[in-house]
Amino acid sequence: MTRRSILKYAFAGIAAIVLTLVVGWWQVDGPGAPEQAGLRPVALSEMEFRLTDHEGNEVGPENLIGSPSMVFFGFTYCPDVCPTTLSDISGWLDDLGEEAEGMNVVFITVDPERDTVEAMAEYVGYFHPSIRGWTGPEEEIARAAQGFRARYGRVPTEGGDYTMNHTASVFLFDAKGRFSTMIDYHEPREFAVPKIRRALNRETGGQHEN
Amino acid sequence: MKTVLYGLMAASMFASSTATPVEAGSEDVVVEDAWARASIGVNRPGVAYMTIRNTGDEAVILTGLRTDLAMMPDIHQTSTNADGVSSMAPAGEIEIAPGESVSLEPGGLHAMLMRLQRPMAKGESFSLTLDFSDGGEIVVEVPILGIAARGPES
Ligand SMILES: [Cu+2]
Repeated sequence: MTRRSILKYAFAGIAAIVLTLVVGWWQVDGPGAPEQAGLRPVALSEMEFRLTDHEGNEVGPENLIGSPSMVFFGFTYCPDVCPTTLSDISGWLDDLGEEAEGMNVVFITVDPERDTVEAMAEYVGYFHPSIRGWTGPEEEIARAAQGFRARYGRVPTEGGDYTMNHTASVFLFDAKGRFSTMIDYHEPREFAVPKIRRALNRETGGQHEN
Repeated sequence: MKTVLYGLMAASMFASSTATPVEAGSEDVVVEDAWARASIGVNRPGVAYMTIRNTGDEAVILTGLRTDLAMMPDIHQTSTNADGVSSMAPAGEIEIAPGESVSLEPGGLHAMLMRLQRPMAKGESFSLTLDFSDGGEIVVEVPILGIAARGPES
């Protein structure tokens, strides 16, 4: 086989992969997906889902009410966006120090098939100790994502594996569980930390519920 | 840790064994600030980042990657759409204009290391070969930083 024909095959292969990715995208997140764009997460008190944290405890949205919360979706087989978000969050928490103490920081997987409780435990262990990892049955993940208006979808990759597209924003809630704001992926730290501070200090208009 | 890695220029074995003419081009490419994240085991894909600078006066085209660390290394592009949904896809060939550089960095282009052959351990390094359309190649020694690393210096 000449180098030229190897290249030809390589191009055909890449074209096939790109097509697969585009088709997957169309179905799960593209125009073929249910319309959710532009919606804000509902209040935590209006959400309903049952998941398991990385220490095996049963958890749900009620665990996030009483203290301000920071929640984001991802998966541990994610090489680029998720470790970057997790280390960004770790950096923000370091910057905030004691101020962020008691804040709920939760990473919810969108890939429960591979992200078991054990996988989540190992993974979150590499980041800030406040970060909790939640997983659970696919239907419960879907209910959680619905409440946060987060989107995700499975996309096949080269070699028969798959990756996940997912909302990469970080959601902030005040201690009452009301949505405060979100931090978009790529947002500079000088914007992120004040946003977290706002969620932390937001007047709750009454006593905490815990 | 300040790392500036120079691409080790290798007269391409490919170029000498095929009819492809070797032109000046990839000899003028310099790779800087290469780094990778440690992996957990071998099931998850690894990732590496770097800046690829074309110091020459003609465009160069990066066509692919090779490494014995991963069976399927490829350059991927992460993109985040208006709804905040991130996805990634093969980036294809990457052209670097004369005097320009291309950054592989978190949230953008990355060297995706699929099918790891061994775990990527923090503190170790691996060699990654960048192939160019003129038949030239550059071998980069990539240091492996922690899973939570954010850039070449952390
Ligand atoms: Cu990738």
